[in-house]
Amino acid sequence: MTPETIFYSVAFPLLGVFLGLVYKGIDRRISARLTSRIGPPIRQPFWDVGKLLLKETIVPKNAIAWLFNAMPILAFASSLTLLLYIPFGVLKAPLEGYGDLVVILYLLTLQSLAMAIGGFASGSPFSSVGAQREMVLMMSYEMPLATVIVGFALIYRSFSLTTIASTPVWSIVSPLAAFGVLLLFVALLTVTPAELAKLPFDIAEAETEIAEGMLAEYSGRNLALFYLSDAVRGFAMAAIEVVLFFPFTLSSILGLSLTGFALYAVEALWFLLKVLIIYLLAVTLVRTSFGRFKIDQASRIFWVHVNLVALLGLALIWVGV
Amino acid sequence: MGKLDNFKRSLWVFHASGGSCNACDIEIVAALTPRYDVERFGIKLVGSPRHADVLLVTGAIPRDFADKLRRVYEQMPEPKAVVVVGNCGTSGGVFYDSYNIAGPIDEIIPVDVYVPGCPPRPEAIIDAVVKAWLKVEKLEKKLEGKEE
Repeated sequence: MTPETIFYSVAFPLLGVFLGLVYKGIDRRISARLTSRIGPPIRQPFWDVGKLLLKETIVPKNAIAWLFNAMPILAFASSLTLLLYIPFGVLKAPLEGYGDLVVILYLLTLQSLAMAIGGFASGSPFSSVGAQREMVLMMSYEMPLATVIVGFALIYRSFSLTTIASTPVWSIVSPLAAFGVLLLFVALLTVTPAELAKLPFDIAEAETEIAEGMLAEYSGRNLALFYLSDAVRGFAMAAIEVVLFFPFTLSSILGLSLTGFALYAVEALWFLLKVLIIYLLAVTLVRTSFGRFKIDQASRIFWVHVNLVALLGLALIWVGV
Repeated sequence: MGKLDNFKRSLWVFHASGGSCNACDIEIVAALTPRYDVERFGIKLVGSPRHADVLLVTGAIPRDFADKLRRVYEQMPEPKAVVVVGNCGTSGGVFYDSYNIAGPIDEIIPVDVYVPGCPPRPEAIIDAVVKAWLKVEKLEKKLEGKEE
């Protein structure tokens, strides 16, 4: 542990929380514009969090208090840890060498799991139904998600995200395997809204049917932590997709030869732009265009259709690589 | 003062409908449409009273619903405000002498803002929620005073 690592470990989560909230604000604004509304200012999520932190935090009488209070912290911590494994543009991930794609898969799962356990611990029937739905949904989308990661491991013979980010995947595979990678990308894009609990897969947090589901009993500080971890996870998920599929640097595309600070600044902005595009495509556009699926429909979509696409992609990579 | 700004700009609303004829409820939903778009002021409808800052109540409350409404009110975290939308809730409306209603809503839970009308226009509802801000702020100041 060098001082540099410690600096990054503090700076990255702070930056991640900020960026997550900004992206959430942009998402809400664009979603409003798509439905020809004006929409909230981009700073709106910051005000929401500020307000939630001022509110009273209630622990229901029949909840398991320690579990109920611990789960928002666990969700928030795991989403911040997730950020430390993602290489930002040309910067190396702060925890590079301490974990890889498999750890990222676990951290993503841990967050959903924390929400589900928090829902079960709330002692409310709405939360229990929401948590059960979340568990079913998790079992459905984990398989395609794992297939994507196995596909990348097949290509690179490594789980390290920095290795993957250093060479664009499209440049080292044959045309057949490139088509497989494209299929994996489609599968991962479909998994994204489910992973982030956004429409059309926000079945576990359906506000109209089960009163916000797993979050039904959460208020004040606990809700703010879940809100923050949701924002950070949205940013992190889009960033992972960019690192896996579009790691092209701007200087390599335009043939620029930047050095020092200019390189980092330009590449960081370029990276943020790529993440924003993926975020808008995978989350905003989809959540504005679709209604909510039923849990059995969502399960079937992931187990049958998305799984087929992902496994076909994996097979093509296996043949073609 | 800076802390209270967050309340001014982010207000989450829970809508409880008891014995309403759906006219007021439709007008509340109309406030979310592109024409009025309350989200631009940071006002959002939420699905659980635990998340809410403002409770919107519509309808003449039937006797069976009175204690449920009281429970919804008690589940909301402080600071909170209550807005009654429509004639039925403010006074009983055309059902004022019915054997089956538990009376105007202010006899069941403390009400801060009344919006008369059958149904009131969405502008009136937005105005009422904005007025509820003032009350939430006053409450918050009182809470801060207690801590000092």
